Amino acid sequence: MRKAKQAIRYTTADKVFLSLNYTVLTVFLLILAYPLLFVISAAFSGGNATMTLNLWPKTPTLAGFRAVFEYKAIWTGYLNSLIYMATGTLLSLTITVLCAYPLSRSNFRFGGVIMGMCVFTMYFSGGMIPGYLNIRNLGMLDTIWALIVPGSLSVYNMIVVRTYFKTSIPGELLEAAQLDGCGDGRYLVQIVLPLSVPVLAVITLYCAVNQWNSYFGPMIYLNTRSKFPLSMILRDILIANTIDLTSLSGMDPTEMADLQAMQNLMKYAVIIVASIPVMVLYPFVQRYFVKGVMLGAIKG
Amino acid sequence: MERRKTSAREWSQTLRRDMYRDRVLYLMILAPLTVLILFSYVPMYGVQIAFRDYNIVRGIWNSPWVGMKNIKKFFSSYMFWRLIKNTLVLSAYSLATFPLSLVLALLLNYMPSQRYKKAIQMVSYAPHFLSTVVMCGMVLQFLDQRTGMLNAFLKLFGMPSVSFMAIPEAFPHVYIWSGVWQGVGYGSVIYIATLAGVSPELHEAAIIDGANIWQRIWHVDIPGVLPTFCILLIMRCGSMMNVDFEKILLLQNDLNGKVSEVISTYVYKQSFQNSFPQYSYSSAIGLFTSLVNLVLLVTVNRVSKWLSGSSLW
Repeated sequence: MRKAKQAIRYTTADKVFLSLNYTVLTVFLLILAYPLLFVISAAFSGGNATMTLNLWPKTPTLAGFRAVFEYKAIWTGYLNSLIYMATGTLLSLTITVLCAYPLSRSNFRFGGVIMGMCVFTMYFSGGMIPGYLNIRNLGMLDTIWALIVPGSLSVYNMIVVRTYFKTSIPGELLEAAQLDGCGDGRYLVQIVLPLSVPVLAVITLYCAVNQWNSYFGPMIYLNTRSKFPLSMILRDILIANTIDLTSLSGMDPTEMADLQAMQNLMKYAVIIVASIPVMVLYPFVQRYFVKGVMLGAIKG
Repeated sequence: MERRKTSAREWSQTLRRDMYRDRVLYLMILAPLTVLILFSYVPMYGVQIAFRDYNIVRGIWNSPWVGMKNIKKFFSSYMFWRLIKNTLVLSAYSLATFPLSLVLALLLNYMPSQRYKKAIQMVSYAPHFLSTVVMCGMVLQFLDQRTGMLNAFLKLFGMPSVSFMAIPEAFPHVYIWSGVWQGVGYGSVIYIATLAGVSPELHEAAIIDGANIWQRIWHVDIPGVLPTFCILLIMRCGSMMNVDFEKILLLQNDLNGKVSEVISTYVYKQSFQNSFPQYSYSSAIGLFTSLVNLVLLVTVNRVSKWLSGSSLW
């Protein structure tokens, strides 16, 4: 198709389109990238430089990051978030695969019924309050389980994985494995999973990002401060504007006379620190996106 | 009569044989099934507290029945129309920006430089992965009256600085366009994939017939992505009564509360920020929105099936 396009000379209408295309996309790229770059620049800007539009810090400083490093609550939050993310993702992946694999087998009895039960929850749910009361009745309030177990089966992800198992793994493999006396468990672990790396990578990213970013669950289920994940600490700092200034006491007062400028700087720094884990994962998985999204688009 | 008996017995025999053969599979699905029942179906059963007067001592199953009292209370509440209006305004506004992802995908699809296309894609997906809290923190920082970037921009043109979050009228725009900034790139992935799947022969034939890019978009690409677009639109309509309520909760303040209070934030506040948690009342409101969503989904699905032939089921 690309060859055909090149072989044909562009007409005037095409040229109009292409120049418009370049303009619109470039403006779009600027609008998209500017805030991101601004945050990075602002996190390093000393003095009262944030009321500018500069993308390059005039008086570069690491004071913001130093303040973040000295802020203890951020680190306990960070650690908690990492724990919740790791366990949550692992649990979620296990549950998803354990659900998707049997349902991908065409002669699995009652598979249709179970699939129907899963899909129904995509369109209807008990809602926020019955869900909360249920967790409370189960005695899971203020524990890690309330954060990782209820959402561990994402039906959407399960359908994506199931579709992948169904369409990308040839049925002959199962027959051959069965002839050789390989059971279902071993077949899943030794043959299916190694062949499903792309889809598992995408699901891992989805789960990990979800868990890392989740804030509503922790907000209603947790009440012990030491268990709060990073998102809750971030809310206090960024939204509610409650920064514990005693933790900034190590600052040199002459270097950073204006405490409010310091707070402002720290907010930008914390935005960066909080986004690092996700942004580190992102480039590795980005190439699988299209595949992952496409699989989800195929109707169950 | 005799024959049916045998076939029933045969059927149960094959069933038992199949289930024995697949015993490992049943063992596997036991865990996910437990999660599904315990955390999706039990709350669905628990939704009956919407029709009870929940009492913390007596629990869900022993609280007295009150029928439609909670729903009626919501319908006659002075907040009712305001909540419906605020929710629908935000939903409809966000629905209006929904095709932007498709526009972006079409533009990218005709970008002659593959490198530039890749770069734009890479940057445009990134905001999707920022958390809601970070996103709202950025919005508040940028819009800040004293230190915000947007006010620095206004100052360039000699305009006075504005406290954006204090203006109720500005709230929907802030909410929607920050959402577009965050989601438009990622939303285009699916269209880009669909456009790549449009048969090249169609494009070649169109080029030979003298079609320019505009005509190819209109006559080849749009019909190609229409089914995908319709499916996504149906899904979107099925959540008309939901808005990104985490985000609203974070962007809300006393000054913009008049337009930013939506059904879901109200439900949350009635239960979690009330000294007498109104669990039954909140559940009733939640149930009402779920049902409206379900009805909308089914209706829009019907209409789409009738108009364009694409539907969810």
